[in-house]
Amino acid sequence: MGIAWFLALSAFIFCIGAGGVITRRNPLVILLCLELMLNAGNLALLSFSRMVGNRDGQVFALIVMVVAACEVVVGLGLIVAMYRRRLPIDVDEVSELRG
Amino acid sequence: MLLEQILFFVAAAGAIGGALGVVLLRNPFFSVLALVGHLISLALLFLLLRAEFIAAAQLVVYAGAVMVLYVFVVAYVGGIEEAVGGEGAIGRLGPLFAGALLIELCIAIVGSALPAIDSRGAHVPAGFGSPGAIGKVLLERFLVPFEAASFLLLVAAVGAVVLARRRRGLEDAPDDELPERAGRAPLGDPSGRERADGGDEGPPAGTAEGPGDPTPERDAERPDPVRDPEPQPAGGTA
Repeated sequence: MGIAWFLALSAFIFCIGAGGVITRRNPLVILLCLELMLNAGNLALLSFSRMVGNRDGQVFALIVMVVAACEVVVGLGLIVAMYRRRLPIDVDEVSELRG
Repeated sequence: MLLEQILFFVAAAGAIGGALGVVLLRNPFFSVLALVGHLISLALLFLLLRAEFIAAAQLVVYAGAVMVLYVFVVAYVGGIEEAVGGEGAIGRLGPLFAGALLIELCIAIVGSALPAIDSRGAHVPAGFGSPGAIGKVLLERFLVPFEAASFLLLVAAVGAVVLARRRRGLEDAPDDELPERAGRAPLGDPSGRERADGGDEGPPAGTAEGPGDPTPERDAERPDPVRDPEPQPAGGTA
């Protein structure tokens, strides 16, 4: 399999995730779509790592996974805090910081 | 060679199907399950790219631990059904934007003129992505990012505890001020509830008709807040 196939698949998954982030309104699903985008980036990193024959890309992918885990933890903590305070679980309505 | 192609296309179909399921399914619980399938397919693709350690970490950390966290939060918050596709301009522009992004990325891939992009990759020794090799690179060349990542995990864990703490965290604010600003009375506080129901101009636009609004079910479950009082956070005025 050529590397280009993996890259095209990665681009496709990234676009699906980006469309989901834009159109969905539930913050839980938005976090899931962010996971999709991060994983697409991971796939591209590993493809290039395989293409060059260098392990640095794999280390980069590992760090991306760590950052994604942190993002998930903080995002889910925010959602739980929103739920506790009876705020609507909807990104369009949590707009107090918009000024 | 043929087996590799079959494996690639099966895993790619699983990954794309899982991704579409995440975006298109209405119930967040099913979205999480679709993401689990997507991650497992992606781990298969990582194996094809000779990244054995990353594939194992993907399965254990992502498809295991992180997804369990998601399932717990979905079960806690409740699966809120939501209309897919959005409404208004964003509902139309979102897919359009995604398509434009895809076309742009494909142009970038085709036009990158990397000579090795059509090859199967450089020749790599056996054990290219084994845990030993990755650990050696991680601890020798990338020690500082490794430590920074561990520190980031610590910060995230502390931040999550602070955010989701029950008594003294975010709920420290006066309980009948902020929910009212959001057009909603605190549950279990009868005076605040009546004020929000009668005196206010009602919930803000979009609250009542939004299918993602969790309030009606919760109100239906608990029709009489006086008889069935919610345990008050600190400083309740009931």
